[in-house]
Amino acid sequence: MHPAPSVIIFSSLSGAGFGLLFFLGLGMPAPSGWVAFVFYVIAYALAVGGLLSAFFHLANPKNAVKSYSQWRTSWLSREAWAAVAALVVMGLYAFGQVFLGTTWTALGWLGAALSIGTVFTTSMIYAQLKTIPRWNQLPATPLMFLSCSLAGGALLSGNVTLAVVLLLVAGGVTLWHWSAGDTRFAEAGSTLNTATGLKGKMGLWEKPHTGENYLTREMVYQVARKHAVKLRVIAIALMSLLPALLILVLPTHIGAVLAVISHIAGILTQRWLFFAEAEHVVGLYYGAHLGKAAA
Amino acid sequence: MTALPKSTDKKLGLVIDLDTCVGCHACVTACKGWNTQNYGAPLSDMDPYGKPEGTFLNRIHAFQSQPETGLAQTTHFPKSCLHCDDAPCVTVCPTGASYKRAEDGIVLVNEDACMGCGLCAWACPYGAREIDQAQGVMKKCTLCVDRIYNENLPEVDRQPACVRTCPAGARHFGDLADPTSDVSILVAERGGMDLMPEQGTAPVNKYLPPRPKDQIQAPVMGGDEDILAPYLAPVAEEPKGLLAWVDRALEKL
Repeated sequence: MHPAPSVIIFSSLSGAGFGLLFFLGLGMPAPSGWVAFVFYVIAYALAVGGLLSAFFHLANPKNAVKSYSQWRTSWLSREAWAAVAALVVMGLYAFGQVFLGTTWTALGWLGAALSIGTVFTTSMIYAQLKTIPRWNQLPATPLMFLSCSLAGGALLSGNVTLAVVLLLVAGGVTLWHWSAGDTRFAEAGSTLNTATGLKGKMGLWEKPHTGENYLTREMVYQVARKHAVKLRVIAIALMSLLPALLILVLPTHIGAVLAVISHIAGILTQRWLFFAEAEHVVGLYYGAHLGKAAA
Repeated sequence: MTALPKSTDKKLGLVIDLDTCVGCHACVTACKGWNTQNYGAPLSDMDPYGKPEGTFLNRIHAFQSQPETGLAQTTHFPKSCLHCDDAPCVTVCPTGASYKRAEDGIVLVNEDACMGCGLCAWACPYGAREIDQAQGVMKKCTLCVDRIYNENLPEVDRQPACVRTCPAGARHFGDLADPTSDVSILVAERGGMDLMPEQGTAPVNKYLPPRPKDQIQAPVMGGDEDILAPYLAPVAEEPKGLLAWVDRALEKL
C-alpha cells in the first residue's frame, strides 16, 4: 500500500493525542489552571492536527460531512463519530479543570472511553480489510494501535512507571504484528490461480497498459521494502527502547521531551512500514508474488 | 444506506468467456467512450501526451499458464466490477455514496455523496474501483445502467457498451438470478467460475474457463525431435535424358 504521509501522520499523532486525553480523562494526572491548559493544548494539537491531516487525504473533501451518516456499517464513519464525541466530552472536562478548577470524574471517564474508542475505530478501518492480509489480523492490528496510543499517552501525561511498561508492551505487540503479518498473505490463500481461475504455473504476459494507474500507485506499491528489516530495528529502538531508557535515566523535563520526540519518530517509522509492507491482493493481477522464472 | 440488501430481485451481471476473448481492447474503448459522454463525471486522462494514465472501468490483462502436461496457453483476461452479492466496497463507505440496488443488484456510486477517501477501492479485491484524478470521485462499472433501461435506444443497444461492441462474442449480459436465462445456462454448461472465491465476496459476474486445447494430429514429443529434418532432406536427384547429356558434356569441358 502506498504510504501516504497524510494518513501516516494522522494515525501517529492522533494516536498519541487520544492516548494523552485517555489518561487526562482518568485523572492521571488531574491538573488545573495553566498546567491543565498546556496539557490540553498538546493533546488537542496532536489529535486535531492528525484529523486535519486525514481530511486533506480526501480527494473530494466537500462531502466529508456526509461521513457521519453510515455508522451502522462503516468503521470510518464510526471513527468520525467517536473522534467528535471524544473531543467534545473532553473539551467540557477540560473547561472544568482549566477555568473552574474542578474535575468532573464521571465525565472524564466517559471522555477517556471515547478517546481510546476512537483509536480502536481507526484500527478497525485497517483490520477489517480482507484484501490486505497483513492488516486483516485480529486482534493483533487493534492491539498494536491501542498499545502504541496508550504508551504515547502515558509518556505525554508523565506517568513514568506506567510509560516504561506500556512502551515495552507496545514494542512487543509491534514485533508480534510484524512476525504474524509476514505469513498472512500466504495464509489468506489468494494466488494468481484463484484470482483468474486458470490452472498451472502462471505468469503475467501483458499488463493492461504501459503506464501506471490509480491501482498500481495506490495498492501495488513496491519501493524500498528492501530496507524493511533495518527500518524495523530503527522503529523499535526509537518508539520503545530509547524513550523507556531516557525517562528512566533522565527523569527531567528535557529527558521527557527527548523521549517524546524519539517515540513519535519511532511511531512514524512503524506506521510507514505498516503501509509500505502491506500487500493488496489486487497486486496479483499486476504480477506481484510471481517468481522471476514465471514472468 | 451502505447496508447491503438481504437479497436482490435480479442479479444483473456479465459472463466473460476466456476461451473466446481475443484481447482486442474494443470493450475498454467502448466503455471509456460511453461512460465519458454519459452518466456521471467523465473518465479523465492525465498527461495524455507525456506519461499517460487515466481512469478506466474495464481493463484487459493477459496471462500465460503452463499446465502440468501439454502446451502453454495465453489467456486474455478482461476485468471490471463483478457486482458482488456480498460487496465489501459498499459496507465500508462512510458517506453512503456506495450502494447495491435491491431491484437488480447493480453496485453504484452516488458521486454527489462521495468524498474520495478511497476506502472502497482498498476493500475491493479485484481493483474494480478507481478515483478519477481530475474529479476526485470514485468511478466504477455501472453495468451501463443508463443503457440497459434506456427506452430512447433501439432495443438491440440496451446492453452494456462492452457487450454490445465485443467483436468476438466473448461478453454476455443477463440476469444470473434466473436459472433459465441465457447467461445462467452458459455458466452451467461451461463451468462458470468466481474470481478469488476465498475472499467471500460472492461475485455475480462469472468467467468461463478456456476450453482444453485441440490435441488432434499433435504427436507426442520427447524433446529430442528434429522437427525440421524432413523438410531439409536434399531434393535434387540424378538427371536423366537431355539434361544428363548436358551435364556430362559440361563435366568434360
